[in-house]
Order: sequence, then C-alpha cells, then structure tokens
Amino acid sequence: MIGGIDITTLIAMLMVASTPVLLAATGELVAERAGVLNLGVEGMMILGAVGGFAVAVSTQNAYLGFLAGAVCGMVLALLFATLTQIFLSNQVATGLALTLFGLGLSALLGKSYEGMRPPATPRLDFGPLSDIPVLGRILFSHDWVVYLSLVLVALVWGFLRFTRAGLILRAVGENHHAAHALGYRVILVRFAALGFGGACAGLGGAYLSLVRVPQWTEGMTAGAGWIALAIVVFASWRPERVLIGAYLFGGITALQLQLQAAGYAIPVHLLSMAPYIVTIVALVLLSIAHRHGAQAGPASLGKPFHASS
Amino acid sequence: MSDTLLTIDGLTKAYPGVVANSDVSFDIMPGEIHALLGENGAGKSTLVKMIYGLVKPDSGQMHLHGNPFAPPEPRAARSAGVAMVFQHFSLFDALSVAENVALGMENPPGLRQLARKIREISTQYGLPLDPARRVADLSAGERQRVEIVRCLLQDPKLLIMDEPTSVLTPQEVEILFRTLRQLSAEGTAILYISHKLEEIRSICKRATILRGGKIVGSCRPRDKSARELAEMMVGAELKLTDRAERRLGDVVLSVTGLDLAPLSQFGPSLKDVSLNLHKGEVLGIGGVAGNGQEELLATLSGERPSASGTVTFNGRDISTLAPNARRRLGVLTAPEERLGHAAVPAMSLTDNTLLTGCVRQPLAPHGFVDTRATKAFAEKIIGAFDVRTPGPQVAAQALSGGNLQKFVIGREVLQQPDVLVVNQPTWGVDAAAAAAIRQSLLDVAARGGAVIVISQDLDELMEISDHFAALNEGRLSVPHKTDGLSIEDIGLMLGGAHGMTPADAPHGTHAAHDGGPA
Repeated sequence: MIGGIDITTLIAMLMVASTPVLLAATGELVAERAGVLNLGVEGMMILGAVGGFAVAVSTQNAYLGFLAGAVCGMVLALLFATLTQIFLSNQVATGLALTLFGLGLSALLGKSYEGMRPPATPRLDFGPLSDIPVLGRILFSHDWVVYLSLVLVALVWGFLRFTRAGLILRAVGENHHAAHALGYRVILVRFAALGFGGACAGLGGAYLSLVRVPQWTEGMTAGAGWIALAIVVFASWRPERVLIGAYLFGGITALQLQLQAAGYAIPVHLLSMAPYIVTIVALVLLSIAHRHGAQAGPASLGKPFHASS
Repeated sequence: MSDTLLTIDGLTKAYPGVVANSDVSFDIMPGEIHALLGENGAGKSTLVKMIYGLVKPDSGQMHLHGNPFAPPEPRAARSAGVAMVFQHFSLFDALSVAENVALGMENPPGLRQLARKIREISTQYGLPLDPARRVADLSAGERQRVEIVRCLLQDPKLLIMDEPTSVLTPQEVEILFRTLRQLSAEGTAILYISHKLEEIRSICKRATILRGGKIVGSCRPRDKSARELAEMMVGAELKLTDRAERRLGDVVLSVTGLDLAPLSQFGPSLKDVSLNLHKGEVLGIGGVAGNGQEELLATLSGERPSASGTVTFNGRDISTLAPNARRRLGVLTAPEERLGHAAVPAMSLTDNTLLTGCVRQPLAPHGFVDTRATKAFAEKIIGAFDVRTPGPQVAAQALSGGNLQKFVIGREVLQQPDVLVVNQPTWGVDAAAAAAIRQSLLDVAARGGAVIVISQDLDELMEISDHFAALNEGRLSVPHKTDGLSIEDIGLMLGGAHGMTPADAPHGTHAAHDGGPA
C-alpha cells in the first residue's frame, strides 16, 4: 500500500484495462505494416463490443460472444478493404466514415441490450500458482483474453520478423509497386491484414463490454480506438513498443480510478484526462529519443494501389 | 530451330487507344546477348513484361526450349528460368539486402544460409555485397548488384535487363559488362534494353529494333555505327548537334567557397565548391547521382540560399535571393525530378507554364493571370520543342517522361535565360528527343547565355560541354577543357568505381575498355 493504493491490485487492474487497446493496436499495426491506414478502429471496436455483447447475452456463452465480436470487427474491416482496395476510395475519408458508421450502428443495435448483464468470463485456473503472494495476483489471476492479447503481440512480432509471409507483408507496405512487379498479390495481402486488424479491434471491443465494464452503454469505447491508432504511430510500428504504449495507457487508467477511489482531492475530469495525455506525451518522448535510426512508417502507408500504374 | 532458347511468334498487345506491340516475332539463342532497341514508347517495356509474365499478350505465342511458354505471372516465368532486372529497381528500402533477395525467390533458404549464398555468388561474379545492410544505405550501383544477385541465385536461362547502366559510373559499367560476358559464356542469354548505343555496340551480338510496336529490323550492332542504329530506331535521319566553335565571354556566374549542409538525412553536404561560368559556355558537371547534384542545383536556383558572397551573378551577390528574384535577373533552372519538382503533376501544362514563366514573361500582369497569353506561351513551348500532347490543357502527369522533359527544358529555354542550370536533362529520353534537348542547350550558349549541365551521361557531357568538372561526395573538381579528355580520365575524376574492384584486378587499375565508347 502506497498512499492508499494497493500496488498489486493496481498492476492486476492495469493488465485488464490495457487489453482492449492492446488488441486493437496490435491489429492496426499489422494493417499499417501492410500499407493501409484504417482510421476506423474506433468503429470496429464498438461494433465488436455490441455484437459480442448481444451474442453473449442471447446464447449465455462468453466464448461465442468474443467470437462474434471478432467477426463483427472483421466484417467492418473487410467492408473498408473492399472500398479502399478495390474501389480505390480515399483511405482517410473511408476510415473516418467507418468510425461514424460503427458508432451509429452500434447505438441502434444495442438499444435493447442496455442494462443487461453478460455471462461471466471465468478466470483461468492456474491452481496453486495463483496463490503465490503478489506474483500470483498479478500474473495468474486473469481471464484467457488477457493472455491471448499478450500471446498475440509475441506472435505478431515473430511473424513480422521471422516468417516469409511476414516479410511479404512488410514488402507490400514498403513498396507496393515493387511487390507487385515481383508477383505478390498486393490487394490480397492487404485484405488479409485488414481482416486480421478488424478481428483484433472487434475482440478488443467485446472485451470492453463483456469483461471490463461489463455491460453495454452507447459510445462505451470512449476514444480507445483513437488511442490505439496513436500508439501504433508513436511506437514506430513495432509490436514490442505497442505493448509498452498500451500498458502505459491502461496503467494510468487504472491508477486514476484508484486515486478517485482513494478519495484524493484531484478534480475527476483531470484524472479522466490523464491516461490520454500521459500516453501521448510518453510516446512522443519515446519516438524523439529513438528518432535517430528509427525507421519511419511503411513507405507505402495510406497510398492507393492500382496494378496498372 | 530446336536450339533456340526463346522463340517469340506474333505477339500482339493492345491497350485502349494504343497498340503497344503488333505481331512481334524474334528469337533468342542460349548464351546470346541480345539488344532490344527502340525509342520511348516503342513497346520494349510491354514486350519484356509479356516475357516476364506481368502482362498477358492478346495473341501470339512464345516457346522456351521448344515448349509452349505463357507465364500467367512472374512467379511462373521465374521458375521457368526467366529473370529480370528492372529499370526502376524493385527494391524495398527499409529491408536488408538478404530480405530483398529472399522476396525475389520462389523457395528461399533460411536467412543465414541465404546470406552465405549471396556472399558466394556476389564474389564469384565480382559484385561484392553485404547481405545484412539496409538497401536505403546503398549506392545506385550497389542496388543494382542486389537485383542482379537476386536473379543469379535462381540460375536463370534468360536474364532481362532494362536500362541497367543509366546510373553507373564508367568503371561500374565495365564491371557489369564483365559479369554479363561471364554469364553469357556460361550459357545464360541476356535480353538487353538500353538507350546507350555505344554500349550496345560493345556488348550485344544481335539487336532487334522496335518502332511503334512493330519490329522494323534486326542487325549485328558491331557492323553499324551508333548513328545508323539511332536512325533505324527513329526511322529518319538524325540531326547532328551543331556545335559551332564558341567564343567564351566574361564571367557571368561565379561560385566561391560554397559550403552547404545536406538537404536530407543521408544526403551529401557541398564542400568548398567553386566555379566560374562564362558567357557562351556550356559547363558539364558529371558524377553519380547523390553526390551533391541536387544540392548544387538547389543552391543555384535559390531554393536553398547559401551564405552571402558565395554566388555572384554579373558581379552582384545573389546568394541569398529567392528563386523568383533570380529568375528576374536571368538565372533559370530545371531540376532533375520532372514530376513534383520541375512540374506540378496534376496541373495542366498551361498552369505549369505560369509557375516559372510569370516572372520573365507578361503572363500575370498586376497579379491577375492572363490566360490567353499563358496558353499561347505554353503552345509556343509545345510547338518549338515537339512536345507530343493533345494540347496545353493536358495535366503534366499525363505526359510520358521524355515529353514532359522536353516541355520543362523548353519552358526555361524560351524565357531567354542568361544562365541556365539543368540537372539530368535527357534522363529516360529517347535518342531523337535527347538530341533536340542538347541542341537547344547549345543554342542558349550560342546566343550568349551560359549553361551548366549536370548529368550522369558522360557521352552527353562530352558532346556538348566546353569544360567538364566532376562532382564527387559534395566536392567539385577543377573544370578541364573537354577536348582531349578520355573517358578513363573522367572515370578517375569521378572517384573510381566506388569499391567495385573485381577480384582479379588490383584496386585503381584502369579497366580494359575493349570496344567501348572511343
């Protein structure tokens, strides 16, 4: 206990609070490394939140809920992919539209689910491991999605670094004309990357409504999608730094909640602002510190590709 | 004809509005270095893209080793033994050499084993490469080595090379040719596309000439002069540039002790650059791109003002003046990058005319655009420089590179400059258009103007310039009279071959120059 705050609880909370943003940012990172800027993360998250919630409540099965959340996010992402990759619509405008569309549609779909409780997502049972003091509480007391998100970061890191498919994905994001000239299917790779990104965002959204809150309220993502986007940029498109950014965001969120609970005389609005401000500032400092030798974004990011040119 | 490697029979490919290839037939023998000649837009690129599987022919057949060959995609062509080195390198800047090579292979081994193979092959062919380096940090010559090594690792039967020498120093070209001859001796056929006719004469056994998408002839390049080859390409007699004896006048532009910080993170800085330019003089500045050419042009144009006292025009210090103030005085420039630097891609030719022309021409009196005068001036450029376009209302990006280049040079030349600085005036421009551009530069000098031509094409500089200086790592050599300079002297002025010494020749030796440009 320091200043009325239990550090063990704080760290355990931090991991839960970070998971939605971490999932969304990891997915967006893959999409951006393939050269597509999808600003619709917020829209995909919230659609995942409502879709996952609705399915979980109707089936009383949390697993099906998460699956549905991922599918909702992916469907929205594939809509984005169709518009931007096949019909060559502007990526920024389409992404913004996707967010607005997701927010509106989720409000409509979620009307009848307000005030309900979702089925519980159980913690994984690690047996005696959970009883280890401090560490057990921090590491072995979470539900499976928390661990999945961490595994996903590691998998994405390894995929981009060590596999041929990852190399092709990076190549497509780096120079789509050259990749096309070498015979790689630029649009197919981008569809896959966007689909994965959408599924991750949807899963993150479902985690919000099924575990983190847990209930459905309109607009409940509250800008988490935008934070995920910012994290990807300031993390210089590196999975390991995305993890740092997301945990920082989650950490401050958890901390400010604890501060509020501990009755500190800091205005609530300042506390609610804190996670956003601290995350952005920290990531800006990080990217300044790494500016020398740090790679810029994927060179083809946000540029339209058409095979004829 | 069972011993031919590749037989092409009646290939035709039409795009909306143009027939890129019409009934093209020829064949390539194993181990042969075969030249494909033609002007810009003659259909060479489309033809090789069909061979490489990037474009599907509308009709016609190809046979490889006597078997039908119709690659649906580059992958199929590669596995059949056809490899290609692109004109604009298909490399990924942010990736390492080994990763770039792996992307061009069907079944690459693990990166560590691949790195070993890259080292092996690259030394075997005299093209040393470090597999771990990032491509962004490599020179143009080294980038090309990456492309070539990528092809060689797949043991190709036919290697297609599109304009491979346009970015190389003479010594690098010599080493490339040695590699190509070695490959040819080992039985690999090479289909070689280039605008540089002397090169083709020195290395190719046979040439096929395309004009307007059709084959108009074939020949043994060694039996023809470069001029005859050019005339076969163009289909008309070629005008020689008229290089009348010029008298040099007073110094009009001088640069003294110019130092300049790099423009970009990896760019070179200019170090103590000095030169004097006389009335009526053409000064050629050679060197491989990326050695300070862009920086020098930016300083002279006013885009990047320098310390006061470093650039004087007719005795007046213009170092800190902005581009328009310099234009007003008569110092005009045409940068290398046509789209986005010399011209705004999405704007019409008329609008692009206005952008640099309104200072010296009455195109926008009192700040209002005189559309009629601007259009008339644009039409004058189009007419005088034979720019092939439907009209001045066409967007700059719709023109082919060569045509836009003619427009950009014409726009400056017709403004009667006292000093004209051009960077890479004929890059990617075909023989006839290049000759016209060179002539116009000579005309500026004949009229009493002074011209600085920055170029990587040494033959071009030898042809038109009175003095030659080399720019290497931001330092400018002392200008020499071009009469009496040999291509080897120039190569040494350029700082040699940037580490491209073949294994069998000690560093610094002149490469033998059998049959090369004399």
